[in-house]
Amino acid sequence: MDKLVMKSAGWMLIALLALTGFALSQDPGYSVHMVIIGLAALIAMGAGMKGADYAALARGALNMPADQGLYDDDPVRWGVIATVFWGLAGFLVGLFIALQLAFPALNLGLEYTSFGRLRPLHTSAVIFAFGGNALIATSFYVVQRTCRARLALPKMARFVFWGYQLFIVLAATGYVMGVTEGKEYAEPEWYVDLWLTIVWVCYLLVFGGTIIKRREPHIYVANWFYLSFIITIAMLHIVNNLAIPVSIFGSKSYSAFAGVQDALTQWWYGHNAVGFFLTAGFLAMMYYFVPKQAERPVYSYRLSIIHFWSLIFLYIWAGPHHLHYTALPDWAQTLGMVFSIMLWMPSWGGMINGLMTLNGAWDKIRTDPIIRMMVMALAFYGMSTFEGPLMSIKAVNSLSHYTDWTIGHVHSGALGWNGMITFAALYYMTPRLWGRTRLYSLRAVNWHFWLATIGIVLYAAAMWVAGIMQGLMWREYGADGYLVYAFSEVVSAMLPMYLIRATGGLLYLSGAIIMAWNIWMTIAGKLRDEKPMRDAAFDPAKDHPLPAATAIPAA
Amino acid sequence: MASKFFSHAKIERNVTLLGVLSLVVVAIGGIVEIAPLFWIDSTIEKVEGVRPYTPLEQAGRNIYIREGCYNCHSQMIRPFRDEVERYGHYSLAAESMYDHPFQWGSKRTGPDIARVGGRYSDEWHVQHLKDPRSVVPESIMPGYQFLAERPLKVGDMKAHLTALSRVGVPYSAEAIEAANDDLQAQADPSLDTDGLKKRYPNAQIRDFDGKPGELTEMDALVAYLQMLGTLVDFEAAAPQEKAQ
Amino acid sequence: MSLYDTLRHFADSWGLVFMGVLFLTFIGWTFRKGASARHRDAAHMIFEDHHNG
Repeated sequence: MDKLVMKSAGWMLIALLALTGFALSQDPGYSVHMVIIGLAALIAMGAGMKGADYAALARGALNMPADQGLYDDDPVRWGVIATVFWGLAGFLVGLFIALQLAFPALNLGLEYTSFGRLRPLHTSAVIFAFGGNALIATSFYVVQRTCRARLALPKMARFVFWGYQLFIVLAATGYVMGVTEGKEYAEPEWYVDLWLTIVWVCYLLVFGGTIIKRREPHIYVANWFYLSFIITIAMLHIVNNLAIPVSIFGSKSYSAFAGVQDALTQWWYGHNAVGFFLTAGFLAMMYYFVPKQAERPVYSYRLSIIHFWSLIFLYIWAGPHHLHYTALPDWAQTLGMVFSIMLWMPSWGGMINGLMTLNGAWDKIRTDPIIRMMVMALAFYGMSTFEGPLMSIKAVNSLSHYTDWTIGHVHSGALGWNGMITFAALYYMTPRLWGRTRLYSLRAVNWHFWLATIGIVLYAAAMWVAGIMQGLMWREYGADGYLVYAFSEVVSAMLPMYLIRATGGLLYLSGAIIMAWNIWMTIAGKLRDEKPMRDAAFDPAKDHPLPAATAIPAA
Repeated sequence: MASKFFSHAKIERNVTLLGVLSLVVVAIGGIVEIAPLFWIDSTIEKVEGVRPYTPLEQAGRNIYIREGCYNCHSQMIRPFRDEVERYGHYSLAAESMYDHPFQWGSKRTGPDIARVGGRYSDEWHVQHLKDPRSVVPESIMPGYQFLAERPLKVGDMKAHLTALSRVGVPYSAEAIEAANDDLQAQADPSLDTDGLKKRYPNAQIRDFDGKPGELTEMDALVAYLQMLGTLVDFEAAAPQEKAQ
Repeated sequence: MSLYDTLRHFADSWGLVFMGVLFLTFIGWTFRKGASARHRDAAHMIFEDHHNG
């Protein structure tokens, strides 16, 4: 009881601090954020007071099976739902801003809906909200099963989940109101960064604590990737977001670094947000869910050791390739390029390791749409980790930089690799987490697979063409020795490509909507009565008795 | 066997060791690449003319960041013939040495604006920001009508300059003290501008938004855009380079 | 010679050799014979648990 009082008092204190912040606030963005924080603290206090009631209520609403005492899966279930929700939100905003580029009237003349404010909303929603929730949920799922232990610090695990959602809400509302640090993928302002740091340290404690209390002597390879992802993101986040706020009652802050130093710190962060958030963390998913779904152990455990250490060592160097031919010193650019090219090897080592796990079970690509998704994810991983080193070569980069080629590259990785492997993991986990015999519909998974695949192909192809066209038009000289195209002419030339890209995005979003419906129905406990995915077609020519046994020579 | 001296099995069974080793391995690259930038002198060569932003320019820059302009515009001209011809002299490290944060950008959905200062009139900028397609029919830029109507509210500009000086921008105590006056004076030539001119050489002082007597967000943003890339006098520098 | 040149020279010579040797040792050590049983066990570990929680 005393503990409860203490806790409630703690939440109350936070709510009061938020109220003070609101009262002394120097700008509207900060005021709104203080209201959100205050409400969140009050909700947490209310939930804590009701205690058991609240958990049972959530269980009932989300149809969650009762705790069987083996694993602590409630945060994982919430995470699955949050991943689907933020995924839909992020894809929808992505589609909207893609359409804004084709039809600028869609900026609606409002400051809140202009491209400049919505683009960070899109990138953060898909990377940190969709990807981040997928990582937190799967890491909690995998670490318990590979350690054969319940989550350490269960309350803190819940705090990590809800604290992370608060971070997302603060970041997202901030972008719309123009509260931003102005550094790509690190846009949240100083107090949101501080909050994320607290949540992240708790995440590390829960994850590390679970590994410490494991009942299995060996730490499975997926957990190495998760662990390095959590540690490295902490390091990157703290260093890149070092800033001095103008006032502790205002949202504005100034980065601790300037110019060249700020640029390199930012891209050291930015590239490794890709390297550790979107690669190492998702490779962890690959190393658990692909073998489990294929029911075969990972192709080479030794390769996975080499994969792990070489990947985490090399990735961190690659940041400067975002700054080729800029005012960054040449030696740093060269280092960035060389390490980016070397990075191709561990990346493909990992891809081969994942694909070859299916060795001897390739028929599953035909029969199991979830395996098909995993294979497509690995194929896109391989493609974009080949394309990346290619684009980091200075000569290629001189053409590709600043163009839509970069956008295409990012999306073939994000939609193809991160999206597909996440969908596959969600499809794997949902029936198991809610105690269903199978997914509501496998045919819907198949639809999702094809919509997503065609969507990515349209998207990536359009952006390749757009990017290369842009790059070539910008540098084209006529016989008279003058530049041929004005910038505005290049902008008009992009329109068809932007329309194709938006179509691709629409298909990808449609696939995700089908997934949301499928997962919803699975949670509801329904099983769709449908024809099996594959039935051999009737072929009269083959309809005859098996060849006589005599055909086989006697031994 | 090597495993007598060192065994990966140990790492695979000890989460602290695994965590610490991972951190060491990932820290190496960053330390080797980033740390030297802070103490190798050649990273930023001193260039004459580069000065910290005036309060009004800095306020405009903050609007530029707030509206996410960096999502579509770069401020980094690469040393290629076509870029130099299209946008002007390639960017120097020194030109962004007071940029907290840097705004080099990564995408040119719109053109580079590292040297947009002085290329167009104030009227053009105001019209273009309000309704981009009224001056460039092919443009896909959002309109920013509201900037022209909204009075510039920055809170206490002294606090902004203080924060900037804490992260290393050399604002003098006098400049910080005068920050709020300088903010007003730059867009209103009828005020006393002597101190402003002395503190910020080459500062452009006039009404930027076409609404004299009214200090709007448009004033700040246009003041910022009109000074971009204008601080270094490359025409004066060229003969010097040749002489060397 | 400036510090940059010194470092550059080291990186292009002994530094490179050192990294190369380190890399080869690492690969060789990972693929040493003695560890295969342990690796097989580790890879199969995720299948020993039939309970999905």
